[in-house]
Amino acid sequence: MSNLLLQLNGLTKAYPGVVANKNVTFDIRKGEVHALLGENGAGKSTLVKTIYGLVHPDSGTMTLEDAPYRPADPRAARNSGVAMVFQHFSLFDALNVAENIALGMENPPSQRDLAAKISEVSELYGLPLDPARIVGDLSAGERQRVEIIRCLLQDPKLLIMDEPTSVLTPQEVDILFETLNKLRSEGTAILYISHKLEEIRTLCDHATILRLGEVVGTCVPAETLARDMAELMVGGTLHVPERAAPHAGDVVLSLKGLNARAPSEFGTALRNINLDVRRGEVLGIGGVAGNGQDELLLALSGEMPTAAGMVSFHGQDISQMRPNARRALGLLAAPEERMGHAAAPDMTLIENGFLTGDTRMGLSKNGFLQRAKTRAFAEKVIQAFDVRTPGPDNAARSLSGGNLQKFVIGREILQDPEVLIVNQPTWGVDAAAAASIRQALLDLAAKGSAVICISQDLDELMEVSDRFAALNGGALSDPRPAQGLTVDEIGLMLGGAHDMEVAHVEA
Amino acid sequence: MLRLEKRPQPSKVWIYASPLLAVVITILLGGVLFWLLGKDPVAATRMIFWDPIFGDFAAFYLPELLIKAAPLILIAIGLSFGFQAGIWNIGAEGQYIIGAICAAGVALAFYPLDARWLIFPLMIVAGIAGGVVWALIPALLRVYFKTNEILVSLMLVYVAEVLINAFSVGLLRNPDGMGFPGSRSLKQYPAAHNGDLFPNLGSFGSGIHWGVITAIFAVIVAYVFLTRHRFGFNVRLAGQSPRAAAFSGVNPNRLVILCMVLSGGLAGIAGMFEVAGPSGQILGSFPAYYGFTAIIVAFLGRLHPIGVMLAGLLMALTYIGGDAALQPLQLPSASIQVFQGMLLFSLLSVDVLTNYRVRVTAGKVVA
Repeated sequence: MSNLLLQLNGLTKAYPGVVANKNVTFDIRKGEVHALLGENGAGKSTLVKTIYGLVHPDSGTMTLEDAPYRPADPRAARNSGVAMVFQHFSLFDALNVAENIALGMENPPSQRDLAAKISEVSELYGLPLDPARIVGDLSAGERQRVEIIRCLLQDPKLLIMDEPTSVLTPQEVDILFETLNKLRSEGTAILYISHKLEEIRTLCDHATILRLGEVVGTCVPAETLARDMAELMVGGTLHVPERAAPHAGDVVLSLKGLNARAPSEFGTALRNINLDVRRGEVLGIGGVAGNGQDELLLALSGEMPTAAGMVSFHGQDISQMRPNARRALGLLAAPEERMGHAAAPDMTLIENGFLTGDTRMGLSKNGFLQRAKTRAFAEKVIQAFDVRTPGPDNAARSLSGGNLQKFVIGREILQDPEVLIVNQPTWGVDAAAAASIRQALLDLAAKGSAVICISQDLDELMEVSDRFAALNGGALSDPRPAQGLTVDEIGLMLGGAHDMEVAHVEA
Repeated sequence: MLRLEKRPQPSKVWIYASPLLAVVITILLGGVLFWLLGKDPVAATRMIFWDPIFGDFAAFYLPELLIKAAPLILIAIGLSFGFQAGIWNIGAEGQYIIGAICAAGVALAFYPLDARWLIFPLMIVAGIAGGVVWALIPALLRVYFKTNEILVSLMLVYVAEVLINAFSVGLLRNPDGMGFPGSRSLKQYPAAHNGDLFPNLGSFGSGIHWGVITAIFAVIVAYVFLTRHRFGFNVRLAGQSPRAAAFSGVNPNRLVILCMVLSGGLAGIAGMFEVAGPSGQILGSFPAYYGFTAIIVAFLGRLHPIGVMLAGLLMALTYIGGDAALQPLQLPSASIQVFQGMLLFSLLSVDVLTNYRVRVTAGKVVA
């Protein structure tokens, strides 16, 4: 028997208008961590869905342990020993851990046996998890453990992980890596999808790099510079945003003891947030998803009014002002969720420009839309931010994620804000577009506006921030100058491993 | 094998084509229904859809068509705003009845004063006010107590039906009516009568009363506000993406109240024109389910003012043509309602084509 586990040979998959995978060929060996690298839209997802039986290739073959492998559906893939942890979890908040895991099984054992099995596996792999806890109460890192354990219960030969660290703190990432190393030493192969290069350099044995659906290179990550891998991914030299020297001015926006109840059942309450934001600075706010990022943006944008005196703008109390009154003052925001929050998917870009541009750009008169002016505004955003679309009459949902994000950010920046709050400005955006969005934020600060950048991407925050603060459980740490912060310090600000470290050491 | 594929954006063609296709499907299904009942399907279809407009008695049916269509269009225009915003006023029938009671009450309070310049406008105001108040009940309950406006508005229809019965034998009963239920006929009270404005236009009049004029006016104003005004934008935005609407600064509670007031007011004014004209008196049999049929009209018309106008005319045609066909073909009277139901049903099924593309694929099994 050879050392090869899975061989992909000439896999091609085309969708109307786009070739997602083109003649993809590479091998995964037993007991290796194999990285699959590529930008958004490079075809990583299509490829792993093919391996997991969710997508059927147009041509090409796969071989699993010297036998032809053509899974008809994920169940067939699981039966062949292929398991996958998705980026977005499929768990029911109202059920407990064991019940959630039982739901995914074909012949679930009794709850008691299953719970014992879960505890056993979780201890074996250093992933502490109580089978009786309700999933709605778990942190993102713990939810991911549920998914991983669900896979491990099947004794997989190949474990596919799609961007597993995007929801974890640095300390949680360490725990995950230990688990993956243990799996590797037992002979399980891991296909690890990511675009975080440093991670791949520490963890992975081999890397295959995809661009526009094709394999453009393979390498041994530990021996390759991150920069070289990035250039393979992007297919050119990477533009790193430039920043002027920081020049903080007067305080524009000030939060004093900001408290707010969670707006929804699984939301996060804001707890006693104090913050001064100055002209010309970029304040980075980090944190693991679900620690109050959305709620903080809602409290600032005016969608969630707070008690009097908590939010002030140039000394004026704006805590109970509605969004358009805040816009009139110069406080603009770009929420995380593009489709359905920052933009209306079924409306045209013209209408989406009107959605926030009405107040400041004077796009209506006595309530009546000024057609020419509104169209001109949308066209200006499209042009200035290089939004790829046939024209402003197209519906927002016809744009790719990155292009819509450029539109959404550009729409706010062109309104010349005094304070701009962005949440996850480059989430799901390709590297080139992400760099141009970051550059636009820095340029805005250089012109004297204040920018609050909420993000889960620490590299991004380090790149743009003058000061850095972290949200943890709805509370905000004191901001510290971003220069000279180490990854460990940031990790501790983010709340460490959510109290799970101790359990891990015992295991 | 047939497969549905989501379109990147809603098809512009199918938005307009699907109501037409739904009408065709309904006519075909109706034909099958008549055939099953042992009638000649072609003759029946012709009698319902063709004869009232182009037949020998068109001069009689066309004014009737306008009289039936006006309240349907008025009510449906109001409903279409709320429906676009996800605010479901199902109780337009109740608001229509209360509008009629209030308007007739005002008129009868002045009887027999002959001052049309005062009484007729007052009746309009009273009709609107009655509808608005009846619609504000579910609106305020939703805003302040988070009740479901569908249930509350629907239940208020039954309250309104009880009220009109009570008024027709109580407070508003005709003192000269020998004890029979029902108010004085407003047709015999010139200051309050909403009659044919051009009675000499055809051999049976024109059918154009103030309600028809108001309906046309409402269509135009609604069109302008829906497509050009911030209010229409907010309505569409709130219906498509409530979170984007909140982000854009739309106050959801204000929108609920505005949409309910609008639909209630239009239903009330429709009730006023009906009780002052074609119907003529407050009576237990006054409710004609215009308020419910208008829901079909609103959806059939794509919640768009121009579409609503066309759909209202079509729905009126099924009433008129159905009535005309009942006698000669000896159809059960429920068959018209079956017809209207089928129309809504086929529209909703054809609607899938707006957002999805049908693909025919060779059925293959992947091992």
